[in-house]
Amino acid sequence: MIKKTTERMYLFIIFLFLYLPIVVLMILSFNNSKSKVQWGGFTLGWYRKLFDNAALMEAFGTTIVISLASALIATMLGTMAALGIDAMKKRSQTVMLGATNIPLLNADIVTGISMMLLFVRFTRLGMGTVLIAHITFNIPYVILNVLPKLKQSSHTAYEAALDLGATPLYAFRKIVWPQILPGILSGFLMAMTMSLDDFSVTYFTKGAGINTLSTMIYTEMRKGIRPEMYALSTLLFLIALALLLFMNFGPASQKEQQH
Amino acid sequence: MKKKIQILVVALMIIVTFAGCGKKDSPNTLTVLNYGKYLEPKVLEQFEEETGIKVEYEEYITPENMYTKFKAGAIDYDLICTSDYMIEKLIQEQEVAEMDFDKIPLSENLDPAYFDFSKSFDPENKYTLPYFFGTVGILYNRELVDESKANSWDILWDEEYAGKIIMADSVRDSFMVAQKRLGYSLNTTDETELREAQQLLIQQKPLVYSYLVDEAQDEMIAENAAMAVVYSGEAGLALEYNDKLAFSVPEEGSNMWIDCWLIPKRARHTENAEKFLNFLCRKDIAMQNFDYVYYATPNVKVKEALDPELQENSTIFPPPEILENCEVLKSLDDEATMKYNLYWKEIKSAD
Amino acid sequence: MRNLKRQLLAGPYILWMAGFILLPVIMILYYAFTTTGGSFTLLNVSSIAFSVHIKALLLSLKLALMCTLICLILSYPLAMILNNMKSKSQGFIVFIFILPMWMNFMLRILAWRMLLSNNGVINSFLRTLGFPGLEILNTPAAVVFCMVYDFLPFMILPIYNSMARIQNDIIEAAKDLGAGNITIFLKIIVPLTMSGVVSGIIMVFVPALTSFAISDLLGGGKVLLIGNVIEQAFMQEYNWNLGSGLSFVLMIFVIASMALMNSWGDENNTGVW
Repeated sequence: MIKKTTERMYLFIIFLFLYLPIVVLMILSFNNSKSKVQWGGFTLGWYRKLFDNAALMEAFGTTIVISLASALIATMLGTMAALGIDAMKKRSQTVMLGATNIPLLNADIVTGISMMLLFVRFTRLGMGTVLIAHITFNIPYVILNVLPKLKQSSHTAYEAALDLGATPLYAFRKIVWPQILPGILSGFLMAMTMSLDDFSVTYFTKGAGINTLSTMIYTEMRKGIRPEMYALSTLLFLIALALLLFMNFGPASQKEQQH
Repeated sequence: MKKKIQILVVALMIIVTFAGCGKKDSPNTLTVLNYGKYLEPKVLEQFEEETGIKVEYEEYITPENMYTKFKAGAIDYDLICTSDYMIEKLIQEQEVAEMDFDKIPLSENLDPAYFDFSKSFDPENKYTLPYFFGTVGILYNRELVDESKANSWDILWDEEYAGKIIMADSVRDSFMVAQKRLGYSLNTTDETELREAQQLLIQQKPLVYSYLVDEAQDEMIAENAAMAVVYSGEAGLALEYNDKLAFSVPEEGSNMWIDCWLIPKRARHTENAEKFLNFLCRKDIAMQNFDYVYYATPNVKVKEALDPELQENSTIFPPPEILENCEVLKSLDDEATMKYNLYWKEIKSAD
Repeated sequence: MRNLKRQLLAGPYILWMAGFILLPVIMILYYAFTTTGGSFTLLNVSSIAFSVHIKALLLSLKLALMCTLICLILSYPLAMILNNMKSKSQGFIVFIFILPMWMNFMLRILAWRMLLSNNGVINSFLRTLGFPGLEILNTPAAVVFCMVYDFLPFMILPIYNSMARIQNDIIEAAKDLGAGNITIFLKIIVPLTMSGVVSGIIMVFVPALTSFAISDLLGGGKVLLIGNVIEQAFMQEYNWNLGSGLSFVLMIFVIASMALMNSWGDENNTGVW
C-alpha cells in the first residue's frame, strides 16, 4: 500500500514538473492584461481576437501544413529506410545508423545555416526548402522508432508465411506491418512534434513572407509576446490532447485493447 | 511496395513544385525585411489596398540575424529596416543603393535634425531614411532605488544593489556603459581603453542579476530587479505597465540609436520600395504606426499632432540636450570587432 | 535475392542523406578549415584551445553530465513504475511524455522564468509556507534544471521501451528458480535495459552539450556554454569559419563519446531508440 502511494506521488511530481509551465501559459491566455507578468482579471477576449488576426492564422496554417507534410514524407522515407536497413548486414547497419544520427549531433543553428548555404546555391528559399529541411531532421526519429519494432518482430513467422505460399507483399501486410505499426505511429508523432517546435532550422531556410508559429514567437520576443499567441498555443495543445485521449480511449482503440 | 514508391515519387514532385514556387517572380510585389513588431500590420494592408502591390513582409530578431540571412543571398529584399552600425557595415560592403529622395516627396515630413544624426553612418545622407530613434538609459524602480543616484552610470556598480541589476546582453551596449562611465568614446578601438572597460564589466559581474535583451522590461514590470539598462522605446512601454518605474539617461552620456530604411543594391522592385517609403511618411500612416510601435518618430507632422503631454514625455522623445550628449554606434573594422567579441566572451565566462 | 530487394528500400533515404545531410556537413568542414579568404587554415579548429573556449567546453561538459545523471536517476524508477502499471497502450505512454512539446519550446522556457523568478509563483508559495525562497534563476543550477525538464522524455522513453520489451516468462522462470526481487532486478532487468539506458544517455547528453537557448534565458546570460560560443560566432561575429571550426570539434567530441557509450552498451543495441 505504502509502495503504491509512493509510486503515485512520484508519478504526480514528475507530471507536475512536465506540465507546470503549460498550465502557466494556459492561465496567461485568459489574462486580461497585455503584460505577461501582471494578472488583469479573466477574459476570453484573446481567443476572440485570435481569429481576426490574419497573420497569426496564416502562420498557424503554415505550421500545420509544414509539420504534417514533413512528418508524413519523413515517415514514408523513414519506414522504407528502416525496412531496408533491417535487411542489411551488421556492418552496413552500423554505418547507416551512424549517418542517421548526424542531424542529432549538431546544434540546430549549425544545421540551419549549413542547409541555408546549400539551398541558396541551387534554388531560392521558399516553403519547399523549409519542408526539405524539416523532413531531413525528422527522418531519424522515424527510423529510430521503427527499427527496434522490426528487430522485435519475428522473422520466422514471415518466413513461414512465405513457405506456405504467401506473396512477400501479403506476408508483409499480414505479419510485419501490424507489428511495426505502433513504431511508425510514434515515429510520425515524434516527427510532427519536432517539426512543430523547431525554430533555428526554419528561420534560416524559409523564404520571405513565410512564418510559422515558432518564427513568429521569436520575432515577437523583443517587444513582448502577444497574448493571442498564448491562446493559440493553448488551443493547439488542447487539440493534441483531445486527439490523444480519443485515440487511446475512443472507439477505434477498443479492438486493440481486446488483444 | 510499388504503390509506396509511387506515393514517394508524387511526394517528391510536390516538393519540387513547392520549391519552384519560390522562383516565381511577379512584378508587382515588394519584399520588406524589418525588426519584429516594428510596423502596424494594418498599415501593410492599407498599402496593399491603395496601390495593389503585394507586400511580402519578413521579420527578424537581431541585426546580426538579419545580416547572416541577407549576406547568404537567400532572398532578394527590396527594403530593409535596420540599426545605425549595421547600416554602416552594409554601406561599407557596398550592398546599399542610393535613395532617390525626389521619388519620396513626403520625406520632407521628417525633421532634418535626424538626417544630421544619420551622417555618422551615412555621411552624405544618400542611402537611408530615418524611421525611429531613441537612446539607451537606466530603467529603474523608484521605490527600490535612490533616485538622486540614477543619473549616473555609477549606480550600476553600487554594491547596495547587488543582485538587482540587469545589464544589456549585447557586446556593444554593455561596453558602451563602461566606456561612458570611464569617459571614453563608445567607438574606441584603443587596447588599453578597451581593457579598462572590460575590467570594469568583470568587476560588475557579481552584482548583476542577469544579462538580458528582450526580457528586461518584463523583469522590471514584475519588480524582479531594481534597475536595467534598456532602450528608451522599451522603457516607454514598461512605464505604461508599472508606474513605479522611471527612466533616466545618465549625464556621462550614452548611445543614441537610429533605425533607418535602406534599399539594397540587389532590390528588384525599387519603385515599389520608394512608394512604400513615401507612404510611411504620410501623416495618417505615420500616426497609426507611431501608436503601434510607440518609439520616438522623426516625423514632425506626427509629433505636432500628439498630446502636448506626450510630446513632453522625455522617455519616448529624448530632449535635444540629452541627444547632444549621446554618440551613435559606428561599425568597427574586423580586428576591433574580434577584440570586442573576445573580451566580451571573457566577461561572460568570468567567475 | 529477396534480401537485396528489401535493402533497396533504403535507397531513397540514402540519396536523401547524401544530399541533405552529408553535403551540409561537408560545407561545415569546408568553412572549418578555411579562412574568410578561402585559404586553408587550422586556426578555427585549434582556437578551441583559447582559455575562454576551453572553459566554456568544460562547463558544458559538466552541466551536460549533471543533466544526464539527474535524468537517469529520475527516469529509471519512473520507467519501472510505468511498466508495472501494465498500460494497455504503450503508445499512450510515449504520447503523454512528448505532448508538452506541442507548446512552443520558447514559451515553455519563458514560463519557467516566470515560475522561478524572485517574485515568481514558486517563491511566493515557498515563502507563504515559511520556507526561504529558492534563488536559482540566473545560475548554472537553473540551466541544469531546465535541461532536465526539456530532455527528460528522451531518457524515460528508451528505458521504458526496453523495459516493456522484457518478456514476463523470463522473470517468471527466474522466480521459479528461486531468485529474489533484488537478484531479478540486478541479473535480469538491469542488463536487459542497458541498451535503453545507453540510448537515453546519448539522447540527453548530446543535445545538452550543444544547447544554447536555455543557458541564455535561464542562466541570465551569465553562463557561457560552448553552444553559446558557437551561436555567437555565427550570429554576432559573422565568423562562420570560427563557428564551423568549433562545431567540428564539438562533433568529434560527441561522436567519440557516443562510440564510447556504444562500446560499453549492449552489443545488439540497435541505435538510439
